[in-house]
Amino acid sequence: MKVRLEFRGGAELLVNGVTQHTLDLDDNNNKWTVARLLTWIRDNLIQERPELFLQGESVRPGILVLINDTDWELLGELDYQLVENDNVLFISTLHGG
Amino acid sequence: MENWSRERLIEELKKKESENQDLQQKLEKREEDVQAILAKLIQDPTNHHIIPDKHQHPLNHREVARYSRQLILPEFGPEGQRKLSSTSVLIVGCGGLGCPAAIYLAAAGVGRLGLIDYDTVELNNLHRQILHTEGRVGVAKAVSVALSVKALNSHVELVPYEVALTSQVALIIISKYDIVLDCTDNVATRYLLNDACVLGNKPLVSGSALRYEGQLTVYHHNGGPCFRCLHPKPPPPETVTNCSDGGVLGVVPGMIGCLQALEAIKLASGLGTPLSQKLLLFDALQGTFRTVKLRGGKSDCEVCGETPTITKLIDYEQFCGAAATDKEKGVQLLEADKRVTVKEYQDVRMKETPHLLIDVRLPVELEICALTNCINIPLKQLGKPNSIAVIEEKLSSVRTKSIYCVCRRGNDSQLAVKQLESTLSEHGCQIKDIIGGLTAWANKIDPTLPVY
Repeated sequence: MKVRLEFRGGAELLVNGVTQHTLDLDDNNNKWTVARLLTWIRDNLIQERPELFLQGESVRPGILVLINDTDWELLGELDYQLVENDNVLFISTLHGG
Repeated sequence: MENWSRERLIEELKKKESENQDLQQKLEKREEDVQAILAKLIQDPTNHHIIPDKHQHPLNHREVARYSRQLILPEFGPEGQRKLSSTSVLIVGCGGLGCPAAIYLAAAGVGRLGLIDYDTVELNNLHRQILHTEGRVGVAKAVSVALSVKALNSHVELVPYEVALTSQVALIIISKYDIVLDCTDNVATRYLLNDACVLGNKPLVSGSALRYEGQLTVYHHNGGPCFRCLHPKPPPPETVTNCSDGGVLGVVPGMIGCLQALEAIKLASGLGTPLSQKLLLFDALQGTFRTVKLRGGKSDCEVCGETPTITKLIDYEQFCGAAATDKEKGVQLLEADKRVTVKEYQDVRMKETPHLLIDVRLPVELEICALTNCINIPLKQLGKPNSIAVIEEKLSSVRTKSIYCVCRRGNDSQLAVKQLESTLSEHGCQIKDIIGGLTAWANKIDPTLPVY
């Protein structure tokens, strides 16, 4: 199952500055929820200081998660089940002005 | 105290509790007094936030001529113009966002603009804070923006406030305006402004920008979320970058500030669909605008929910664990004997005492300025095995165990010392940092070194 990840607003610094990632997830045995994806990202993409991405089982305060350009809160957050070609955007809220 | 009986302890506890209650009451009374004094101090020339008369009256000849190009837009028209000219907008922060927002609102003929900023103009502001001028470096930003706006449109009523937005003054000031623009630069003030707009029931047009990206949304409007609905908990302070550390291309806040003015005009005139429950993301490098859909207002939100727990403004610096400013804060992580002043380090250089100087800034910063004979290892790389190998090789070739770390202002260099202390396998190294970094070096030793 192909899923696209994007990191923006500074969140890309957690993944070595790379803003776009295309994943090919093996979904033969187990469904991919966002919760599972977050753990996968922590274990496979985050270079250092995983606590700046995940706190507990959710993303840390200050990061918004958007699935296909929609707030994950409207889609079941951690329980949302990913489907082929989903786009998951992690955006760190900016504060500069 | 450890010999006191249980009864005596209880008695003492009761006494302290009653003292505490007395103090609490005194504090509350004092706060009420402060509020009353502030209310008197911060009075607009006009006392109502509704600007009288204009709404009903037809536009005069001057207004028709001046705003003709927007008057002929059927959706806006004279009605939209009248509504706009009877609207008051408060701009909080007269910087990279506040400048373009203020000038476009004034150009379009908004009724009144409140301009808040406690800060004064600095040279390094001018690349993005475009209403300030070289001649006004050192002048209060709120006044500087008012001067520029006045020159463009003398019919807009301007109220500069040279104050920091604090929990004491926020509600008083906001109560005098119809729409509020968040053009601030730090997390604590953003939470404060959000809560104040919810408590004062005003729409909040929130913009932000950093590096090459900008974000824009309208909070607390028409069932949409407030900032707290999206972010009930503040971000860890170390994850927040400001323009001074992260950098920003001037036109990026320029874009977002213009869009904030647009959203305010839409709210004032009833034009179009405001960006409520939507977040606009601007990416300057890709040249893309993208609008994503946000949750609605949360029924369990602490400030705008059904049973709010925040019913008055709190201490936002404490809540966020960060100061309500984007100014650099000097940190003190090391004991005094692990730090040298720029003067002391100058002696080391003059006497040619063998040592290794490690500049821990990013390579791009060394292109701006650097001391001679340093090696560059950015702080983030410092713990990596190949960096350690480079350092150890250098130490042995210079035949020294003395290391000095330097950075821009003397904060990262302290972190670097801590990092090296824990990773260098070479024993007996003396690792120190240079207090105040290259900024102090430029100020006290070598004025030819540029400060950025």
